[in-house]
Amino acid sequence: MKSTMGIILTGGKNNRLKELSFERSIAAVPVGGKYRVIDFTLSNMVNSGITNIGVITQYNFRSLMDHLGSGKEWDLDRKNEGLFIFPPYLSEYGTGWYKGTADAMYNNITFLQRSDEEFVIIGQGYAIYNMDYEPMLEQHIQTGADITIACRNMSDIPHEELKLLGMIQTDEDGRIIDFMEKPLNPKSILGPMGVYITRRTFLINLLQESAAKGLTEFVHDIIVRQTNNLKIYAYIFNGYWRPLSNIQLYYRANMELLNPKVRQELLMSRRKIYTKVKDEPPAKYNAEAVVRNSIVADGCIIEGTVENSVLFRGVRVMKGAVIKDSLIMQGTVVGQNVNLRYCILDKGVTISDGKTLIGDSEWPLIVGKNVRV
Amino acid sequence: MTRKEIVALLLAGGQGSRLGVLTQNLAKPAVLFGGKYRIIDFTLSNCTNSGIDTVGVLTQYQPLKLNSHIGIGKPWDLDRINGGVTILAPYMKTEKGEWYSGTADAVYQNIHYVDEMAAKYVIILSGDHIYKMDYSKMLDFHKQNKADATISVIDVPLNEASRYGIMNTDEDGRIYEFEEKPENPKSTLASMGIYIFNWDLLKDYLINDHQKSATHHDFGKDIIPAMLADNKKMYAYKFSGYWRDVGTIQAFYESNMNLTELIPDFNLFDPNWKIYSPNPIYPAHYIGDTGHVEKSIIAEGCMIYGTVRRSVIFPGVTINAGTVIEDSIIMSDTLIGTNTEIYCTIIGETSVIGNNVKCGIGEFAENTYNPKVYNSNINVIGSNTVIPNNTVLGKNVVIDNYITPHDFETNFIPSGGYVIKGA
Repeated sequence: MKSTMGIILTGGKNNRLKELSFERSIAAVPVGGKYRVIDFTLSNMVNSGITNIGVITQYNFRSLMDHLGSGKEWDLDRKNEGLFIFPPYLSEYGTGWYKGTADAMYNNITFLQRSDEEFVIIGQGYAIYNMDYEPMLEQHIQTGADITIACRNMSDIPHEELKLLGMIQTDEDGRIIDFMEKPLNPKSILGPMGVYITRRTFLINLLQESAAKGLTEFVHDIIVRQTNNLKIYAYIFNGYWRPLSNIQLYYRANMELLNPKVRQELLMSRRKIYTKVKDEPPAKYNAEAVVRNSIVADGCIIEGTVENSVLFRGVRVMKGAVIKDSLIMQGTVVGQNVNLRYCILDKGVTISDGKTLIGDSEWPLIVGKNVRV
Repeated sequence: MTRKEIVALLLAGGQGSRLGVLTQNLAKPAVLFGGKYRIIDFTLSNCTNSGIDTVGVLTQYQPLKLNSHIGIGKPWDLDRINGGVTILAPYMKTEKGEWYSGTADAVYQNIHYVDEMAAKYVIILSGDHIYKMDYSKMLDFHKQNKADATISVIDVPLNEASRYGIMNTDEDGRIYEFEEKPENPKSTLASMGIYIFNWDLLKDYLINDHQKSATHHDFGKDIIPAMLADNKKMYAYKFSGYWRDVGTIQAFYESNMNLTELIPDFNLFDPNWKIYSPNPIYPAHYIGDTGHVEKSIIAEGCMIYGTVRRSVIFPGVTINAGTVIEDSIIMSDTLIGTNTEIYCTIIGETSVIGNNVKCGIGEFAENTYNPKVYNSNINVIGSNTVIPNNTVLGKNVVIDNYITPHDFETNFIPSGGYVIKGA
């Protein structure tokens, strides 16, 4: 990809993922059996040929830092460029916490200034999708846009969520003429994916101007206010994309991975999704195992029944246990004759023998990290 | 550079000819094992887990797979500034270039490598075995005894002892005699081919051995007897636990199959002794609506729509609906069609088995291609091979690597039959 650097925003405080994000940012929430949410945007950038990537972190970034390490799983442990992580910092001028997405980037403007790529692509750490950014850059260059925003037909995203995403209206050429942030009744079905391309020098100027005016939010203060002044274009992406910003969306997206088409597009494509490796042995099925329509990661030992579920790494399912429609995260132990339906068990949970936990398909029951039931 | 106390030399040049088509294009240590690993991973992981951070891997036979597998040693944490893993291939010298003519010669030709590490001790390993062993305990034993050499031994049944190199020791474990494959064994302590030597002493013996003409340049046949003859202090270090030479089709098959047992003899799930290997970039595996898996090992990236019983399935394998796999080993990225039946078969990497294939049926018959290698009910299908739809294979059948449907003259290969390129 032509001279492009990447920035990944891992977001502000979000309690809509409940227990799952109490101790970690959304970007670090486990998904799909072995990944963290950020793996998707990060792998997309790497697969598009970007090798200079900054990850801006704010809340609960310890587990994110642990996950990313030196970036070696994404081939980003480089002498020149590579992966940079930017937690908030205190300085003579700053207060420490980033006040918003634009403020976060402005605080790390030296990263932009010291880089020499022509373009910057800004992505988010809250969505799962497999996208080649190259055609988007081509369109950006072709249209001569100031900013290009990746958009898609959001009719497969629940109405409630659309209100939070904001909606976009374009003219015939694809230029954005209206950007409705948090509309009460979304008129259009075109929504932004939180992926932006712009020229690096343009972004630096934009951030400096905004900071001078005390503007801190990239979307709200810059994009929305300047829709008429700037040439902002929509790039239409037709693939699978899911924000995992609340429990329902998170649960549903994991379940959608059981669909072969979705899994093929997202995980089995030529553009691979990279993640931190754990050196677990392959999963072991004992004689009593009954597993149907499920994803099972390495290191699991299964002696019970598992249906329509995702088992992350190193899960133990004891004899007589029945797990249906559930997400079971790394290292969790499901005891004998346990019955689980519509549950999300975080990492390291122990469910003792004979327990029954049943949630609802819209409101799955969540058991927090390292809890013993 | 810091001085290394101990350097490991891992002999990985063996062909492993008794593994037939499985080792035709790669060295035995590179053969896939246990649903994710290659045989050499066990020895390399032992080094890592024992705190040995300097490992020279001596290659010779078909080293390409091995070289790319080991790379710079990242999976084993052997990508080090000081030491780490070094591939030691045969090389040209000023007078002449030569292959390694034996295990001792291989080490002799790499004396400069150990010298450069300034190691006090050297441990000689082979990349052919499946086992977990803490070499640091063996080194402690060696130091305690102020030994010149320590040889790791394992107790074998008396009736099998004549197949091994047997160590006869006194009560303290000091070796007074070594017998290679004795007809009437005096003890049951078999050499595991793992030696610790004081480097300075070994170096002298290697140089001496190199100058002799009547020698096999072999540790077991030449170096050890020569040291014994000189009355060097040599001790037997007793190892107990799982140790297998998976050098025959049958042993390789059984050792893999044992991993599917409720409590296998070899525990891959030991968090204190992890086995490291490069991790393939695959999503977690998927069991489809029509899939059924019991008593099996399934790796990442697999898609299982058929039935799998008592089998070991490597990463990226697809098994389609209506298909039954039993008692088999299916290596990475192989595709199995629909309504196919596969019993008691080893299938190599990236092969394609068609639809309605039956494999491993009927009665045993002696193999007509190479009965020394293929002598059980196990079928062996090589890698990158395509078995056409509706093919029927009996038992004890061997199919070569890189076979295409054109190579099949008939769609029925009876028990003991074969499809081998150019045969």
